[in-house]
Amino acid sequence: MAAKRKPKLAVWKFASCDGCQLSLLDCEDELLAVTDAIEIANFPEASRAIIKGPYDLSLVEGSITTSHDAERIHQVRRMSKYLVTIGACATSGGIQALRNFQDVKQFVAYVYPNPDYISTLSKSTPIADHVFVDYELRGCPINKYHLVEVINAFLNGRRPNTPQHSVCVECKWRGTVCVMVAQGIPCMGPVTQAGCGAICPAYQRGCYSCFGPAESPNAASLAHWFQHLGMSETQIMHAFRGINAYAESFRRESEAHEN
Amino acid sequence: MKTSTIKVPYLARVEGEGGLYIKLKGNEVTDVQLRIFEPPRFFEAFLLGRNYSEVPDITARICGICPVAYQMSSVHALEDAFGLTLDTPLRALRRLLYCGEWIESHVLHFAMLHAPDFLGYEDAMQMAKDHPEIVTSALKLKKAGNAIVTLVGGREIHPINIRVGGFYRVPTRRELHNKLKEQLEVAREIAIVAARWTASLPCPDFERDYEYVALSHPDEYPYNEGRLISNKGLDIAVQEYPNFFTEEHVAHSTSLHSVIKSRGAYHVGPLARYTLNYAKLTPLVKEVVHEIGMGPTCYNPFKSIVVRALETLYACDEALRIIAEYQMPERPAVPVEVRAGTGHGCSEAPRGILYHRYRVGEAGEILDARIIPPTSQNQKTIEQDLWQFVSSRMNLPEDKLTWQCEQVIRNYDPCISCSTHYLKLSIEQE
Repeated sequence: MAAKRKPKLAVWKFASCDGCQLSLLDCEDELLAVTDAIEIANFPEASRAIIKGPYDLSLVEGSITTSHDAERIHQVRRMSKYLVTIGACATSGGIQALRNFQDVKQFVAYVYPNPDYISTLSKSTPIADHVFVDYELRGCPINKYHLVEVINAFLNGRRPNTPQHSVCVECKWRGTVCVMVAQGIPCMGPVTQAGCGAICPAYQRGCYSCFGPAESPNAASLAHWFQHLGMSETQIMHAFRGINAYAESFRRESEAHEN
Repeated sequence: MKTSTIKVPYLARVEGEGGLYIKLKGNEVTDVQLRIFEPPRFFEAFLLGRNYSEVPDITARICGICPVAYQMSSVHALEDAFGLTLDTPLRALRRLLYCGEWIESHVLHFAMLHAPDFLGYEDAMQMAKDHPEIVTSALKLKKAGNAIVTLVGGREIHPINIRVGGFYRVPTRRELHNKLKEQLEVAREIAIVAARWTASLPCPDFERDYEYVALSHPDEYPYNEGRLISNKGLDIAVQEYPNFFTEEHVAHSTSLHSVIKSRGAYHVGPLARYTLNYAKLTPLVKEVVHEIGMGPTCYNPFKSIVVRALETLYACDEALRIIAEYQMPERPAVPVEVRAGTGHGCSEAPRGILYHRYRVGEAGEILDARIIPPTSQNQKTIEQDLWQFVSSRMNLPEDKLTWQCEQVIRNYDPCISCSTHYLKLSIEQE
């Protein structure tokens, strides 16, 4: 039997901090096993060698914030058999989607002395707003074991198995006493998708929703509880307007508390 | 006269999106542009109106490689605004966390991103086929850095445990000993071997008379605090930064260029720290420096790979010292008393000094924010390095020259995600 061709992996970057693609290099124990099973064909952060597409699997990090990138993502899609978005920027627009609630021109003028040199779109948008996405991996940053799972699932032709429940379930598994019930610390856990391992409550603070909204979250009810805890409308707005501000359910809830 | 260009449209093995454009006329360089087209993300703008307590969680997102640096400069600036002094054990714990990030970031760069250039490999994965022991031991070393950040910070990327005044939760003495000590002792041995190895790599002969700028602290190799000093007479408090430094905005970059007022380009990062603070390194590091024949100063940017390995060794040594002396703090954080005011913070990110300034309102809301990352401070120096480097190596074949130009840029481990809050290389012969 002829040797099977190794599948080709490409990693693409749009507006982001590089943290999610770094997760691949952070898989110290798995990295060399992954590179045995898959050909890293296009990963500029790690290699200057670029093997031409098409690619079997594309990992896309970052959000769309410029007209050039809005074109480029279509080229990436055309070259990719499967396209998986990784991280909050790619799946919800990321922290830079905070611009979506303001006039971006003011932002440019605030940061740059010569605003004319800067070209940018008025909104930061997730990849799925532009092209068909085969699978989304949430998180800011993603959980590196989920990334290995996605690559593994892809290599074996099955659907990835990543959690869909809320952070609350992870706290129970971990044996963390609820910080909101026991200490009155506001926590986004009830409306947030699991994946991080419920780190924040284990460190005595509330979740701030790095993984974005869980499936059908009851954001309004949580906001009501936040009011009971004495949070101001601005504080509630900011709680929902964070790393995943432009995710539909969080966007609506933050707007409901905007003065 | 014949003119040509060297173009690297998308620089590899750097963090972020950038390129290089060099224009030549005959044997003369006529233009060098480090082009940064990383899409701007406007962090300073969306901090406005947010509560001070959210700042370290937001600024961490500027960079996935050095989030701890952003968190440290943020919290120090805000503590400066509130007039807050940290308890000694909390200060030590922050230093331990920073050791972790230095190890993570430096090893990623010297072993995975920079070393392949010296040996002619496209990447670390290729290098691993011929030198498996280098790559596997580097990954082990990096893992020790990740272990520190994971335990003290909560997770390796975008830690969650840093707050103004200290931490949310502090580890016990037993946790530090059980989870880190043994791993760091092994890491320290690997770092010694790595430093010897980097010093054995073939290195281009190239030196420049830089103005090095780094923090300086009376008792320690600088991480979180100190005065800003240079080898050309600068000696100022962090609060004076805006009086001595300014930023220029050029058309080919979404990252602002920093200069010292009336003097121009300067150099920040491992070489600057090393040259200005050699005396503060531990006896073990000095012993290795002596063995590899480095000397207490270094003006060859290609040698930054050796200095990163030495600083990694320092970070392992320092982390072990902190763990040995650690007493669990009585409280995880000093209580914050919010007051209106302006605060400055500067810490030594793996790539050099990272300056933050915030103006805070009475209710603790952010009224103004300025963040000046190391890569934007080095941009002008990188362009000047390229100018001189290309001028002296015109006889090289184009593909070789292009690769070496990339290497000149990677000497700085530029983090373009940071500086725009990236790189393509093009050399043009007119």
